Amino acid sequence: MTELRAVQTGRSLSVPRVETRSQRSRSLDVLVALTAFVVLALLPSLFGSKALLDFVIRCSAFGLFATSLNLLVGYTGMISFGHGMFFGIGAYSFGLLMQRAGVSIPVAFVAALLITAIAAAIIGAICVRLKAIYFAFVTLAFQMLIHSTILAWASLTGGDQGLRGGIPRPVFLGVDLSNHLHLYVTSCALLVLGLLLMRQIAQSPFGYTLRMIRDNANRASFVGIDVWRAKLMVFVLAAVFASAGGIVMALFVSGAYPEFAYWTISGEGIFINMLGGVTTFLGPMVGTVLLLTLNDTVTRLTDYYGIVLGIVILFFAIGLRKGLMDFAVGWYTRRREREHC
Amino acid sequence: MLEIRGLSKSFGGVKATDNVSLDFADGSLTAVIGPNGAGKSTFFNLITGALKPDAGKILLDGIDLAGRSPPDIVRCGIGRAFQVASIFPSLTVQETMLAAVGANQGRAGVLYRRFPLAETRDRAEHAMELLGLADRRGRTAATLSHGDQKLLDIALALVLDPKVLLLDEPTAGMGTEERWRMIDKIRELWEKQNITVVFIEHDMDIVFKIAPAIVVLCYGRVLASGPPDQIRRNDAVIDAYLGTEYHTRTAI
Repeated sequence: MTELRAVQTGRSLSVPRVETRSQRSRSLDVLVALTAFVVLALLPSLFGSKALLDFVIRCSAFGLFATSLNLLVGYTGMISFGHGMFFGIGAYSFGLLMQRAGVSIPVAFVAALLITAIAAAIIGAICVRLKAIYFAFVTLAFQMLIHSTILAWASLTGGDQGLRGGIPRPVFLGVDLSNHLHLYVTSCALLVLGLLLMRQIAQSPFGYTLRMIRDNANRASFVGIDVWRAKLMVFVLAAVFASAGGIVMALFVSGAYPEFAYWTISGEGIFINMLGGVTTFLGPMVGTVLLLTLNDTVTRLTDYYGIVLGIVILFFAIGLRKGLMDFAVGWYTRRREREHC
Repeated sequence: MLEIRGLSKSFGGVKATDNVSLDFADGSLTAVIGPNGAGKSTFFNLITGALKPDAGKILLDGIDLAGRSPPDIVRCGIGRAFQVASIFPSLTVQETMLAAVGANQGRAGVLYRRFPLAETRDRAEHAMELLGLADRRGRTAATLSHGDQKLLDIALALVLDPKVLLLDEPTAGMGTEERWRMIDKIRELWEKQNITVVFIEHDMDIVFKIAPAIVVLCYGRVLASGPPDQIRRNDAVIDAYLGTEYHTRTAI
């Protein structure tokens, strides 16, 4: 159908049309984001449950983290086993800046993102030239290095006790993050803004450069693309969004702990992507909600959380062979095709 | 003008390309032939930067490209298509073309705008029309037929507006009829686009019919080069490559 229409319109007409269509897709995304934000912001007035708001804040932190990992895994085909280190670096640098430098929250936020970007640029410069499995292993090695550094550098980081004493949350622009509701709305805003920015990256010309690299990196280089430069760029961008997730987490628990930079965080990121699926933009977000719901219900019911989670993962990996969103989209397109016939 | 001067490459003790010097005039159409293992693909890999030459020069309009990276060489104006169609399986034909033009315009890293960019449209459209892929624009590359995938691979090289187009066995894996369709297409492209085309081909009937110039490689060396008539009568070529089978066939 679209094929036919494209042919009929002819050349002179369709040149401006391409740009309008891309404009329209962007406006649509902004609209969806705004709607989502309004709905989330209205939740507290509909349900008084503090647990629900806590759940959404944790979803914001992990959603940002998991979606940023999908920029690497799903869009570029770079399987990083160490993405959690940037979650940890974000949490720690934000917490330390707030505790020691006494700056305002927005300044610490931006500075923490910058610190993560610099760390990611250095680590990425070493990692992104490596092929598949070596890339995975070396990112994991860097993760363990960061984790060990946090444990060993006790005078700065508090070692295995983490950053204690709470993170000061001075009021800025009328926002008081020690107020639970303010923290909730800010987390939602960061989540929605972060997703919107990542969506823009995924749908930009650069996003298509990433898809070309994922599909066939050799061919991409013969189209004139500097593959390792593009990989480094997406590695740094993804790290920045993961860092934002870490900052939300640090604000939520009012501290930072070595577990934030441990490999299990990276593992959870991979789990989330497997649960939700990597072929759609919102797959990881769906996966986040799934994993956290599972986590909360299963830990309440049984001590054998690991076994239950393992079975669920096996079901998705071997049973469906894809994430929930991949499955849903596949089912929907198959149904539509059948209707057309 | 593409000038190759003393190009050499060894793998261990094997000289895959041995002191090759050749000229490809602007707007020429040249076939490269040679038995298996003659170094044809290596020759292409050296020119396009997939392999680094041990020695020699690759001069495109006087600028030496030897030792540069593939993206660099592509930007200088040498495009290539592969023996096994090398495409982006999950992108549609149209997306492939639009993304390639974007990359060629130096916009592969643009973040703040949406794909596709309006300024990439015309060239993408032109390339699809030229190769007859316009009616399959919405198809995902992976679902195309083998022949169409080969065409898409060539389109991917052509859409970059190269000065020189290198085609590594454009008819590989095709039936006789499809081969001729493909080769007619290439000849048509060459005539319309006025670019330098160099292609590797195994089918002697095709080579002698359509190529105004032929290069014969054997054990990494240039055995002969010239117009078809000259190659056909060249004793060294007949002995080394065309062989007795060819003698008998011409006799009949």
